[in-house]
Amino acid sequence: MKIRIKFSKQGTMKFIGHLDSMRYFQKAMRRADVDIRYSEGFSPHQIMSFAAPLGVGLTGSGEYLDIEVHSSDSSRVMVKRLNEVMAEGVEILSFRRLPDGAANAMSLVAACDYTVRLREGYDNCGFWRDFFPGLNDFIQNGNLEIVKKTKKGEKQMDLRPFVYEYRLLEDRGMFLKLSAGSSVNIKPELLLEAYCLAKGQEYQPFAFLINREEVYADTGSEGSHQFTKLEAFGEEIE
Amino acid sequence: MRKLALPDEILLSIQQPARYIGGEVNMCVKDPESVDIRFCMCFPDVYEIGMSHLGLQILYDMFNKMDGVYCERVFSPWTDLDQRMRKEQIPLFALESQDPVRNFDFLGITLQYEMCYTNILQILELSRIPLHSVDRTWDDPIVIGGGPCAYNPEPLADFFDLFYIGEGETVYADLLNTYKVSRAGNDSRDAFLKKAAQIPGIYVPSLYEVQYNGDGTIRSFLPSCPEAPKTVIRQVVTEMTDSVYPEKPLVPFIKVTQDRVVLEIMRGCIRGCRFCQAGMIYRPVREKNVERLKELAWQMLKNTGHEEISLSSLSSSDYRSLEEIVNFLIEQFQGKGVNISLPSLRIDAFSLDVMSKVQDVKKSSLTFAPEAGTQRLRDVINKGLSEEEILNGAFEAFQGGWNRVKLYFMLGLPTETTEDIEGIALLSEKIAERYYEIPKDQRTGKVQVVASTSFFVPKPFTPFQWAPMSTKEEFLGKARIVNHKMKEMLNHKSLKYNWHEADVTVLEGVLARGDRRVSKVIEEAYRNGALYDAWSEAFRNEIWMNAFETCGVDIGFYTSRERNLDEIFPWDFIDTGISRDFLKREWERARDGVVTPNCREHCSGCGVRQFGGGVCYEDTN
Ligand code: SF4
Repeated sequence: MKIRIKFSKQGTMKFIGHLDSMRYFQKAMRRADVDIRYSEGFSPHQIMSFAAPLGVGLTGSGEYLDIEVHSSDSSRVMVKRLNEVMAEGVEILSFRRLPDGAANAMSLVAACDYTVRLREGYDNCGFWRDFFPGLNDFIQNGNLEIVKKTKKGEKQMDLRPFVYEYRLLEDRGMFLKLSAGSSVNIKPELLLEAYCLAKGQEYQPFAFLINREEVYADTGSEGSHQFTKLEAFGEEIE
Repeated sequence: MRKLALPDEILLSIQQPARYIGGEVNMCVKDPESVDIRFCMCFPDVYEIGMSHLGLQILYDMFNKMDGVYCERVFSPWTDLDQRMRKEQIPLFALESQDPVRNFDFLGITLQYEMCYTNILQILELSRIPLHSVDRTWDDPIVIGGGPCAYNPEPLADFFDLFYIGEGETVYADLLNTYKVSRAGNDSRDAFLKKAAQIPGIYVPSLYEVQYNGDGTIRSFLPSCPEAPKTVIRQVVTEMTDSVYPEKPLVPFIKVTQDRVVLEIMRGCIRGCRFCQAGMIYRPVREKNVERLKELAWQMLKNTGHEEISLSSLSSSDYRSLEEIVNFLIEQFQGKGVNISLPSLRIDAFSLDVMSKVQDVKKSSLTFAPEAGTQRLRDVINKGLSEEEILNGAFEAFQGGWNRVKLYFMLGLPTETTEDIEGIALLSEKIAERYYEIPKDQRTGKVQVVASTSFFVPKPFTPFQWAPMSTKEEFLGKARIVNHKMKEMLNHKSLKYNWHEADVTVLEGVLARGDRRVSKVIEEAYRNGALYDAWSEAFRNEIWMNAFETCGVDIGFYTSRERNLDEIFPWDFIDTGISRDFLKREWERARDGVVTPNCREHCSGCGVRQFGGGVCYEDTN
């Protein structure tokens, strides 16, 4: 049986990289006695895959991983059991059964929501004071063509078609819905960097607190997007 | 959210920030305000090494099970963070509360190998604790050292307030109590140290005075006050089964060297190899009850979620319930995503059988540690492993499908001749030849024999404590002989030989048998940038050589000098329970090439029977 797990990764857990997060969850499955399936062979590994790696330094409120199990208690019990063995900063939000033959989370990813805020100490001075209104304006009217570094060299790219939504947050910050996944993956840092560049300011990676809010699949038909939370593909186990 | 000592800007610009944030699964959380004693436990190397150490996990668990005590951890910051902390004046902090180490009552440093000594000075300096015990006040923690290197603590004498001689499970509670009483009664720091000196197993280096002869050897080594005992008795756990053991070990976020559940099945070794310090200082052999081990295996796997479990001891084949525990592990955990690893097993029919069950034969290799190339020299070191046993073991393994063999040897052992050295190549060759005795259609590809040598360092409290050590040039000359001989072998294409630089070995030799006068060399080397000396990429020999030069300390005096049988050694004030007569007898028998039977064949009366437990009493119950 395929299961999709939604979790949040907050606080000091943001320093734990993707590979270590995977190791963390493998051990957590054993601690919680999840009846997870293993591959065959001398060093069997758990059948587990993540929707999208979260970079070191970023937090997440709607992260996903898929596993396969032989059996399971109700969703409510499984969430509770897993939360009992979590480290501070990780919380299991849902544990849902996927229909047979469901595509795995990683292959579905089409967009992510982010909120961007300024770190304390950056929020009051000069350029940074009006950072978000400026950014808002830039996304609306500016030139979003950037030079993206790839393995094969540099590539010209227009970000505009991949910014699906943006709006100012009331408590000083910015909401962004950006294209993600295997086809076009736009990290929020790209946009922030482009704006700084356009303003002739040095990009400061430590100035920002970025939280990934949610991960979506695109269930729309040709030409029109219909973003569906990955969680929605599964159903609660009673 | 837990507060962190380091700002995000630093954590996100150094390697492996997870080394410094704590918060791991099973980390102990207490309110520092509500405890009487804050103990900071330190392993003076990088997190991944320190967190792999079983002793640290045992003591962490033991302290935190005590009421009124909160034990936290600190490791050496890697060089990238070291620079940032100095530049930005951030004091070293403990992982749990992220509070400065200097605020603690105790800083306990485990001494596992000599090459970590400069890292100790780094820990003290970054914590803003004066390097020298004499300069400390009640504003500084009590700095205490323990572990194998505490069996000759003298090169570190200036830097420590106390040393704990022996196994940590025994008198720490007494020490902490004494501390509490002293603090409540407004004792001076010196008064406390004098009280501590009266606890068995506690050594207070500042309370002893050393006088030297004209030739540099020790004339006398005596307490300078009535409170300090003449000899300090090693502390021994007599009953292993009931002793504390972490049912809930810490689970690091990042991959550490020992990323698995470790089951200590027994302590000590019956074999009595004459070069081996662990085999002496952990006497007598004490086994842990197999039922208790089964329980622990369950609990520890459940509480950590680790995917591997490993047995730990100096010589697992000598654990009398080995078959039972191994079969139990296989039955219970095999096929449930838990790997079983069985290090330090003698190669025989039983071990080959279980190894073929728990590992992929094609991917694994066999390990032998003959330590010396000829039977003569193996008799000298009392390594009870004959050529026949090695060759038969290898042959059986080859028939079972193995085709890779690892061999471990030492160069520079006492009485070693060219023949012994060349014997390393000859033995490797014989093993390869055995492989080709198997009919061609039953072989699985080519055989590969990898021989590695390390250089022998004589250690305190072994029969070889009197032995001269080879010089750097001699060591390298010996390695060249092996290398040359390997190339002459018929099957040289199947043989591989590894050795390494001798610089670190020479230093280890000085620090292992050094005295108080070596302290200033360590400090001088540290001041000039020596750090992480156990890491080949960080080790800089010239710093050390200059330090010896500046301090006027002669390397040869500590290493290659022949020691007189009645010389007073810097570590002689320690009573390990093993009699000096036994060690002398063993040193003589070594030079005569006479083997001494192991503790189960015949008791040789080494002296540790006085502790009242373990193998010495096996026949009596
Ligand atoms: S007293 Fe005898 S049995 Fe006990 S450790 Fe020593 S040699 Fe072995």
